[in-house]
Amino acid sequence: MTTATGAQEITYLEAISQALDEEMRQDPRVFLLGEDIGVYGGAFRITEGFQDKYGEWRVLDTPLSESAIVGAAIGAGMMGMRPVAEMQFADFISCAFDQLTEVAAKNHYRWGAAVPIVIRAPYGGGIHGGPFHSACPEAWFFHTPGLKIVAPATAYDAKGLLKAAIRDNNPVIYLEHKFLYRRIKEVLPEEEFVVPIGQAKVVREGQDLSLITYGAMVHVALEAAEILEREGIAMEVVDLRTLVPMDTDTILESVRKTSKVMVLHEDTKTGGVGAEIAARIAEQAFDALDGPIIRVAAPDTPVPYSPPLEAFFIPKVDDVLEAARGLAAY
Amino acid sequence: MNTPIIERDQQGVGAVENGSGAKASLHGTKEDRMKIAKADYLQMYYYLRLTRALEDRVTVLYRQGRIAGGAYTSHGMEAISVGYAYALHADDVIAPYHRDMGAYLVRGITPGEVLAQYLGKRTGPTKGKDGNVHLGDLRRGIIAFVSHLADNLPVAAGAALAFKLRGETRVVVTNTGDGGTSRGDFHEALNFASVRKLPVVFFCNNNQYAYSTPLHLQMAIRDVAERAKAYAMPSEIVDGNDVGAVYLAAQRAIERARRGEGPTFIECKTMRMHGHSEHDSAKYVPRALLEEWKKKDPILKAERILREWGYATDSDFQAVQQRVIKEIDTALEFAERSPLPEGPEALDGVYADSEREGLA
Ligand SMILES: Cc1ncc(C[n+]2csc(CCOP(=O)(O)OP(=O)(O)O)c2C)c(N)n1
Repeated sequence: MTTATGAQEITYLEAISQALDEEMRQDPRVFLLGEDIGVYGGAFRITEGFQDKYGEWRVLDTPLSESAIVGAAIGAGMMGMRPVAEMQFADFISCAFDQLTEVAAKNHYRWGAAVPIVIRAPYGGGIHGGPFHSACPEAWFFHTPGLKIVAPATAYDAKGLLKAAIRDNNPVIYLEHKFLYRRIKEVLPEEEFVVPIGQAKVVREGQDLSLITYGAMVHVALEAAEILEREGIAMEVVDLRTLVPMDTDTILESVRKTSKVMVLHEDTKTGGVGAEIAARIAEQAFDALDGPIIRVAAPDTPVPYSPPLEAFFIPKVDDVLEAARGLAAY
Repeated sequence: MNTPIIERDQQGVGAVENGSGAKASLHGTKEDRMKIAKADYLQMYYYLRLTRALEDRVTVLYRQGRIAGGAYTSHGMEAISVGYAYALHADDVIAPYHRDMGAYLVRGITPGEVLAQYLGKRTGPTKGKDGNVHLGDLRRGIIAFVSHLADNLPVAAGAALAFKLRGETRVVVTNTGDGGTSRGDFHEALNFASVRKLPVVFFCNNNQYAYSTPLHLQMAIRDVAERAKAYAMPSEIVDGNDVGAVYLAAQRAIERARRGEGPTFIECKTMRMHGHSEHDSAKYVPRALLEEWKKKDPILKAERILREWGYATDSDFQAVQQRVIKEIDTALEFAERSPLPEGPEALDGVYADSEREGLA
C-alpha cells in the first residue's frame, strides 16, 4: 500500500525480509539456515525468493533438527560466518535449548570465543496456534547470562534490530511476533538504519503512570492509553524493544516521573520478564513509588487453542484499563 | 558379556565396511604401517608419553587434594586423540571431548596451560572460568569441550559448513564417547553432516563404559559404527590403542573430507583404564578385563612397533620419558607460580564486544 505522499508502507514481516536481504547483500558472511526456508521461502514466507537470489547454500534448508540448526550456526559463527537461524515457530526452540544455554551462552565467558549468531523465533499468540504454536519463550533465555534477546513491536524496530542483531558478536534471540507480521505497517526511511540493541523507547508520554511492555503488547498498551486519556489519565508507555541487556535507566526514569508503574506482557506471569522488571523498580526506585507495582500478564497455563479460551488468556485492553484505573486511584 | 572386543572381532563380528568398501582391520596392515615416516611415528610416541606424564601428574595432584574440581584422564586411550590430531593440518579444527588430552597437546596447548587450568589459575586458557579439560583456543583451531556430551557435534558440523560455504579445504575432527552417541545431538549432527557432505570426521572413543554403564546397556548394537549406517556415512573400526592405525584411519577420513566427499565415522575400540573421573574406583569393571587391556597399552604397543620397524630402541624411549617428565616438572612450576584470579574477575567476559570485526 502507498500513502498519500506515494511512499511505500512496509509490513513488520516485510521489514524482517528487508533486513535479511540488506545484510546478505552487504556481508558475504551472512547466511540463513532453517527448516523450509529455501525452496518454500519459510513457513511465514519471510525468505521467499531468497534462494533464487542467494543460492541453495546461503539459504540452507536443513533437516528437522533444531539442535543441529543452532549448533551448526554456533560452529559456523565461531569460524567467522554470520549465521541467521530460523526456528519455524519459537515453540520449537526448546529442542535447541542446550545449544543456546550451554554452548552459545557460555562460550565467550569460558574461553573467549565469540558466537555471532541470530536465532529468529516467530513467537506469540492471537493466531489460534494452540499450546505448541503460540508460546512466548523469552523467560527461559532471559535467565541465561550470555544471550541477548530483542523483541521489536514495530516494522521500523523489526528491521533495525535485526540488522543490529546480525552485526552483534553475541548470540541474539530475535523474537518476531507472528500476530504483528501482516497487521502493522509503516513507511520506512529510504536510507539505511540500525536500531541499537539495549535501548528502550518511550512511545507515548504521560505523567500519571508508566506502563512497561514489549512486543505485540505495545499495541494493546497504546490503545489503552488512548482510552485512558479521554478519562483524564495520562499513561506513559515504554517499549523495551530489547529484553537483554535491559535498559533499566529508561524504565527507572519513567517511574520516577510518574510514581506509578504497571508491567505488561503476553508471556505467563510467574517468573516472567515482568517479575524482574518489578524487582528492579522495587530495588532501585522504591522511594519514588506511590502505589504497588502491578503486573498484567497471561495466566499460568499453556496457551489454549479455542478462540474464547485464547481471547481470555492473552492480556487485552480491558485488563490494562482496569489495572490502570486502580493504580491511578492511589 | 565382557568378551574383549578385539577377540569378538576376530570371530568375524564387528568389522564394518570402510569407505573403500573393504573390511577394516582392527590391527591395520603391514603396508599401512610402512606409510608412517619414522619422524612422524617418533613424534606421536613423544605425544603419547607427554599425555601420559601430564595426566599422571594430574592424578597425583588430584589425590593430594590440590585440584578444586574433578579430574578426567585418557589413561590407556591416548593413542586416539594423538593419532587423529597428528593427522590434521595446522588450519584444521578440532572439537574434542574429555578423553582427548593428546589432541590438545598436539595442537599446541602446553602442559603448563593445562595444569594452570586444573589449578584454577589465571594463566589457564579459561582464566579460571572453567576447569579440567574444558578448554579451547580458536587460534590453535580448538573448539572448547562443553560437558553436555555430543553438544559439540552439531557445532563441529557447523564449523565444517563454514569451510564448505567459503570453499576452503579445511576439515573438522570431533570425538565423543560411546555413551555420548546415545544423545540426540549425535544423531542430528551425523545426519546433517551426511546430507550436506560436510568436511567433518566423527570419532568415537569406545572405551566400553560410560561412567558405570557398560556398552550393552548403552545400545543394542555391538559396534557403535553401526550407527553411521543410518546416515549413509562410511565408517571404520580401528584399534584405538594403536596410534599408527588411528593416525592412518584419520588421514583417510580427513583426506576424503578435504576432497569434498563428506563425513566419515571412526570407532576406536579401547578400554577406560581409570575410573570415570579420578574420584571413581570403577569397581564395576571386571579386573580381568583391565588386566587384559593393560597388555594392550598404547604406549607399549607403540614401543613394540617402533622396535620392530627399527625406528627406535629402548634407550630412545628412556630419553623421551626423561624429557617429558622434565617438561611436566617445568609446567607444574609455571602453574604453581601463576596467580589465581581475583574474585571480581568472575564478572568478566559474559558478552563479546558488540561489533568487533574479523573473528577467527
Ligand atoms: C548430556 C550429559 N549427560 C550426562 C553427563 C555426565 N557424564 C559425564 S561423562 C559421562 C559418561 C560418558 O561416557 P562416554 O560418552 O562413553 O565417554 P567416556 O567418559 O567413557 O569416555 C556422563 C554420564 C554429561 N556430561 N552430559
